[in-house]
Amino acid sequence: MFRVIASRLISAVPNLVGVVVVTFCLTRALPGDPAAFFAGPAATAESVAEVRRKLGLDRGLIEQFGRYVHDLFAGDLGNSLTTGQPVVADLVARLPASMELTLFALLFAVLLSIPIGVLAANHQDSWIDHLCRVMATACQSLPTFFLGLFLVYVFYYLLGWAPAPLGRLDIIFSAPPRVTGFYTIDGLMAGDFALVLTALGHLLLPAITLGMFAMGPLARMTRAALIAVLSSDFIRTARANGLPPRMILYRYALRNAILPIVNTLGMVFSYLLGANVLVEKVFGWPGVGSYAIDAVIASDYAPVQGFVLVMAVLYLALNLATDIVNAALDPRIEFTT
Amino acid sequence: MKAPLLSVNGLTIEFRSRAGTVHALEGVSLRVDRGTTTGIVGESGSGKSVLAYSIIGLLDRAGRVTSGTIVFDDRDILTMNEAERDSIRGRDISMIFQNPSSALNPIRTIGQQIEDVIVCHRLQSSRTAYDAAIEMLARVRIPDPTRRHRAYPFELSGGMCQRVMIATALSCSPQLLIADEPTTGLDVTTQAAIMDLIREQTTSRRMATMLITHDLGLAAEYCDQIVVIHAGQVVESGPTKSLFQHPAHPYTAKLVTATPTLDTRLEDLTSIEGGLPDLRRELPYCRFSGRCSRFEKACNEAPLPRIRIAEDHFAVCRRPV
Amino acid sequence: MTANHSKDVGRIAYLAGENLLTSTALFCFVLLVGLAIFGHWLVPFDPLLSNASATLKPPSATHWFGTDHLGRDIFSRVIVATRLDLGIAVLAVALSLLLGSLMGACAGYFGGWTDRTVGRVVDTIMAFPLFVLAMGIVAALGNTTINIVYATAVINLPFYARVARAEVNVRRSTGYVEAAKMAGNGEFRVLAFHILPNVMPTLVVQASLNMGWAILNAAGLSFIGLGVRPPTPEWGIMVADGASYIISGEWWLFFFPGAALMLAVFCFNLLGDGLRDLLDPRRAT
Repeated sequence: MFRVIASRLISAVPNLVGVVVVTFCLTRALPGDPAAFFAGPAATAESVAEVRRKLGLDRGLIEQFGRYVHDLFAGDLGNSLTTGQPVVADLVARLPASMELTLFALLFAVLLSIPIGVLAANHQDSWIDHLCRVMATACQSLPTFFLGLFLVYVFYYLLGWAPAPLGRLDIIFSAPPRVTGFYTIDGLMAGDFALVLTALGHLLLPAITLGMFAMGPLARMTRAALIAVLSSDFIRTARANGLPPRMILYRYALRNAILPIVNTLGMVFSYLLGANVLVEKVFGWPGVGSYAIDAVIASDYAPVQGFVLVMAVLYLALNLATDIVNAALDPRIEFTT
Repeated sequence: MKAPLLSVNGLTIEFRSRAGTVHALEGVSLRVDRGTTTGIVGESGSGKSVLAYSIIGLLDRAGRVTSGTIVFDDRDILTMNEAERDSIRGRDISMIFQNPSSALNPIRTIGQQIEDVIVCHRLQSSRTAYDAAIEMLARVRIPDPTRRHRAYPFELSGGMCQRVMIATALSCSPQLLIADEPTTGLDVTTQAAIMDLIREQTTSRRMATMLITHDLGLAAEYCDQIVVIHAGQVVESGPTKSLFQHPAHPYTAKLVTATPTLDTRLEDLTSIEGGLPDLRRELPYCRFSGRCSRFEKACNEAPLPRIRIAEDHFAVCRRPV
Repeated sequence: MTANHSKDVGRIAYLAGENLLTSTALFCFVLLVGLAIFGHWLVPFDPLLSNASATLKPPSATHWFGTDHLGRDIFSRVIVATRLDLGIAVLAVALSLLLGSLMGACAGYFGGWTDRTVGRVVDTIMAFPLFVLAMGIVAALGNTTINIVYATAVINLPFYARVARAEVNVRRSTGYVEAAKMAGNGEFRVLAFHILPNVMPTLVVQASLNMGWAILNAAGLSFIGLGVRPPTPEWGIMVADGASYIISGEWWLFFFPGAALMLAVFCFNLLGDGLRDLLDPRRAT
C-alpha cells in the first residue's frame, strides 16, 4: 500500500510543478505592467515603483520565478489590497466554509446518483432507464447559478422554508469555537445542537445547487459501470452457483462497479471546486470563491493568484486521495504497481 | 433400467433478436444417468451452450422455450417457479465455464467466493464455512490451501482458477455437474489434470456430469456416452465405444475421421465442408442436409426417424451410414 | 409488396421513436441558430432602450417576459443575447477544436517528445479545476469578451487533444496509411489528408458534446462579472442583474434568461448524445 501511495505522490510532482509555473505566468506574464496591477488602480507612481522593487519585477524572469517559489515555501502569497491582510491568512480563514459546502454537495450528489444509476441499470432499456438518462442529461444542462437562484426564489421567497441566502448561520448565532472551521463538526464538538441545525439548514440549498450538476456524470457512470459488470463472466458464474440476487447486486456487481465510479470522481471534483465560486456568490457564502470574485472585480491580483494556486493544489490532493481509495478497493492495483 | 437423473425431451428453444427469430434448438432429447459422464459434442454455434443454460435456468431474456420438457430428479424444471429454480441452481445442479480466469470475481479472494456459495446454500455459519472452503480447496488439489484461501484470482494460473471454479461448483455436492468447455484455453497437461479431477469427483460422489465440448477426442477419453449435436438438433447419441466403432450419422462419421490421432498424417487431415445453416431462416427437417454427401430429396420431405443402431445407440437420420 | 411496405414503415417509426429526442434537439438547434442570426430583426423592442416609466413590470401581453430595472424589454434582450452567447461558445469551441486536435494529432502520430510535450501541456491544464483556471486567465489577460473566448478555448483544449491523439494513434499503422506513405506522401500530407478526415466524425461528436459545457462556462464567467459588460444583453449578466430582485419577488428578471440558457445547453447536450449514439454506439452511456 505504501508503494502505491509513494508512486502516486511521485507522479503528482510534475503536475504540481506545472501548476506553480502556470500560476506564475498568469500573474507575471501579464500584458501591461504587473507592478501596476499589484499596486492597484489607486496607486501613485512611487508605490508602483515600490511594489515593483519588492516583488522583484525589475529582475530577470528566472530570478522572479525563484523568488516566487521561495515565497511559496515561506507561505507568503502576498497581500490583499481590499482586506489589507496577507492572502494566506484570508484564505485559511475562508477555506473551511468552501470545503464544508463542497463536501456536503458531494455527499448529496453521491447519495442521489448511485441509486438512480442502479435503478437505470436494473431496468435497462425500459422507460425507467430512458427517464433516468434524460434526467442525467438535464442535470448537466442546469446552469448552477440559475438553479441556485431558482431554489432561493421557490424555497425562500415563495415557501419560506429555507433561510435567507445570507451566509452560513442565522444572524442570532455566532460561530462556534474554531477547531476545523466546519460549523457542523465544530458545533457538534461544542455540543451546540441548535447551531448545528441552523448550519445544516443554511447548507441545504447551496449543497443541492452545487451537487446537482455532478449528479449527471455520476449517475451515468454508475449505470454504465453496472451494466458492464452485470454482463461479465464472473456474474454469470455467481448466478450459476445460485447466489441470491441481492448478494450478487451488492457484493459482486456494485463493488466491482464502484471502481470506475471512483475514477469519475476526479472529473466531478474539478467541476465542484470551480462551480463553488458561483454558488458562493448566489448564497452569499463567505468562502474562498466569493473572496476571489471580489478580488477579480476590484483588480486585486494577489488574492486571485493565491486562490487559483490553492484550488489547484487542493484538486491535486483530492485526486491523490481518489487514487489511494481506488488502490484500497482494488487489489489488482498494488499487484501491478 | 433405473430412471435417469436428467432427461430432456423434445426441447425446442428460439431467440428473439432484431434480425429475426433464431431457432437455436429443435426437438433435443437426451438422458443423463447418475455416476456417468455424458458428452455433448458439436461445433461452435451448434447450440450446446444454449442447452446447458436452459437446464441450469440461465437462459438469456430473449430466449423462449416453445416446447419440450427438462425432467430433473422426476421434476420438470420448466414448470417450476423462480424460487424453486433458484434453490436448485448451485445446489443440485452446478455449472462450470470456460475461461476460468475471467469467470471469478476479480476483487474477492477465492476463499471468500467459495464461502459465499457454502453459506448461501447450506446456511452454515462463517466459522464452519471457512473450514469447509479449505477442505474443498484441498479436494481439488490446490497446494497449500490455507494460504491460497486469501489469494485473488489474478494471482492464480488458468488451471488453478478452474480448480477453484470446480470447488465452488461442488461445494454443495450437486447431483449434476455441467461443464461447459472447461478446458478450452488451458494447456494440454492442465487439460488432462482438470479432466481427471472432474472424472474422479464424478465417480467418487456418484454425480452425473455433462461435458460440453467441441473436441471429440476429449469426449472419447472421458465420457461414457456421447450426444452429437448439429445446428440445434441431436443427430446421434450412444455409448462412446459404439459411437466410435459404428458412427451412423454422416456428420458423426465425418467428425470421427476429422479427429486426428497420433497416427494421422498431416496430409490426411480432413474437414467438414460448409458451415452451420442460418438459424434465422425457415429450416428443412434435416439441418445437415446442406452439407451432407448422402443427401437425397426424400430426406427433407418428412420429420426424421430415430433409428436404433445398437444398444442405447440411436441416430436421427433417413440414410444412416 | 404491401407486407414489405408496412415493415419499412415500422422500421422508420422505430428509428424515429428512438431518435425522437435527437430530432427534437435538432429542431431546437435550428431554432437557436435562427434566432442568433435573425434575432436582432425579429424582436419587438430595442433591447437597449430604457424606459423609466415601465421598470420592473411583470410579464404581460406587451412585454412577454416583463421589463427589468431599467424598463428594458426582457424578451427582446433574451432573444438578442442568443447571438452573443452562442457566438462566444462557437468561437471558443472552434478554436479549441482546431488547436487541440492539431496538437493531439501530432502527438499521436509522431510520438516521442512531441507526444510527451503535448501530454505535459494537457496534463497541466487538467491539473486545475477548469473554471478556476478560466477565471485566472481572464483576470490575467484582462476583463474583455474576447478573453472569455480565449479562456474557454484553453480549458476545453484537453478534450480534443486527447481524443485526437487516441484516434490518430489507432490509425497510425493501418493499411491505408501505409499505402499512402508508400505512394510517396510526406508525413504531414498523410496526417492531414488521410488520417484526419477519418478522425473528423469523432471530433465533431466531441464538439457537440462540448458546446453545452462551453456555453455554461462562458455564462458562468459573465455571471460573476467577468467579460461582457452591461448594457450588452447576455444571458449570464442578465441573470446576475436579476439576482438581487428575487427576494423582493420580481422573478422574471433572472428566470427567463436563465431558462433560455438552460434550454440552449440542454439542446446541445441532447444533440451531442444523439450524434454519439448514432456515430459511435459503443461509447453510449
